[in-house]
Amino acid sequence: MTPRIKIIRKVSDPPVVKGFNPYGLELGNQKLEPINLFYEEYEAIRLSDYDMLNHYQASVMMGVSRPTFTRIYASALQKIAKAFVEGRQISIEGGKVYFDSDWYHCKKCGCYFNNPEKENSVINCPLCGNQQIDKFDYENNKTDTINKACYDMCICPECGFEQEHQFGQPCSTQICQKCNSFMKRKGSKNCRNFKNQ
Amino acid sequence: MKVAITSTGDSLESTIDQRFGRCAYFVIYDIESKAIEFIPNPNKDAEEGAGPASVQLVASRNVSKIVSGEFGMKIKSLLDSLKIQMIVLKEPEKKIREIIEMLNHLNLNNSKA
Ligand SMILES: [Zn+2]
Ligand SMILES: [Zn+2]
Repeated sequence: MTPRIKIIRKVSDPPVVKGFNPYGLELGNQKLEPINLFYEEYEAIRLSDYDMLNHYQASVMMGVSRPTFTRIYASALQKIAKAFVEGRQISIEGGKVYFDSDWYHCKKCGCYFNNPEKENSVINCPLCGNQQIDKFDYENNKTDTINKACYDMCICPECGFEQEHQFGQPCSTQICQKCNSFMKRKGSKNCRNFKNQ
Repeated sequence: MKVAITSTGDSLESTIDQRFGRCAYFVIYDIESKAIEFIPNPNKDAEEGAGPASVQLVASRNVSKIVSGEFGMKIKSLLDSLKIQMIVLKEPEKKIREIIEMLNHLNLNNSKA
C-alpha cells in the first residue's frame, strides 16, 4: 500500500504578519475570540485584490479549480467582514497549504538543495556537511550552471502553461505559446532578491 | 534516516542518474543501518506521469532526502508539499558509492557533535 499523495494548495510566500489587532475597542468587547484566516484565504485575497488577478487567473496561480478558488475567496471575505464588524483580531495561520521552499548552493560539493522545513534554518550542506552555503539568489545570478539549476518558472495566468524562467527576461514580456497571453512569474513574491549571509 | 539516490544501474559503481522521474534505478539508503536497496524504476519508460509515480514510490519508502540531477517543476511542488528534501547534484560522473560515502561521513560528523 502506497500512501496517496495529497496535492495541496500552493501559497508562494507566508504573509509578512501573523495577524491584525483592532484598536479603540469598546469596553466589554475585548475578550472576543480572534478570527482565524487560513493561509490559502490570505493568498486568495492577495492574488485577487492586491495582484488584481481575476478569479480564474488566481485559481491557476494557486493550483486549485476555479470553484474551489471562489469558495476559498468567499470564506476569506466573510471572515474579514466578521472581524471588521465585530472588532475581532485576525490571526493568519494554518490551512491546507505548502510554501515554495528556499534553495541553497553548497560551495564545496557544488550541489543545490532546498530547505523543506521553513521553520528551521539551514547551516550545513546535506551532502558534504560544509558550512559554506549560499542562499540561492534567483535574480542576481546570471551564470549558466545556476541558470540551469534554477527551477523558477513563468506561468500563463490564462491557461496555466508553464515554462522555465529565463534570467534577465521579465516574465511579463513573455508570451504564452499556447494562448498568446502575457506570462507571469510563478510565486512572484518568492523571487525577490536575497542578501547572502 | 533514509535517502533516495537516482542511479543509472544496480551497483555501487553505477553513476547518479541525472533524471528523476525516468531514472533507471532508485537506491534507497538507510544511513543508520547502512542497508542499501536497489529498486528498478517501473516508471522508466512511462509515456507520462513518470514524475508523480516516482515521487509516490520513494515517498512510500519514507525517505527524507532525494539526491538526483534534476527535479521538474511539478515534482518540486509535490516534494515541497511532502517535505522531502531535494539535493541537486549536476555531476553525471558521480558514483553511488561516492555519494553514500559522503552521506556516511556527514552522519559520522553529526553524531560526534
Ligand atoms: Zn556540499
Ligand atoms: Zn496561455
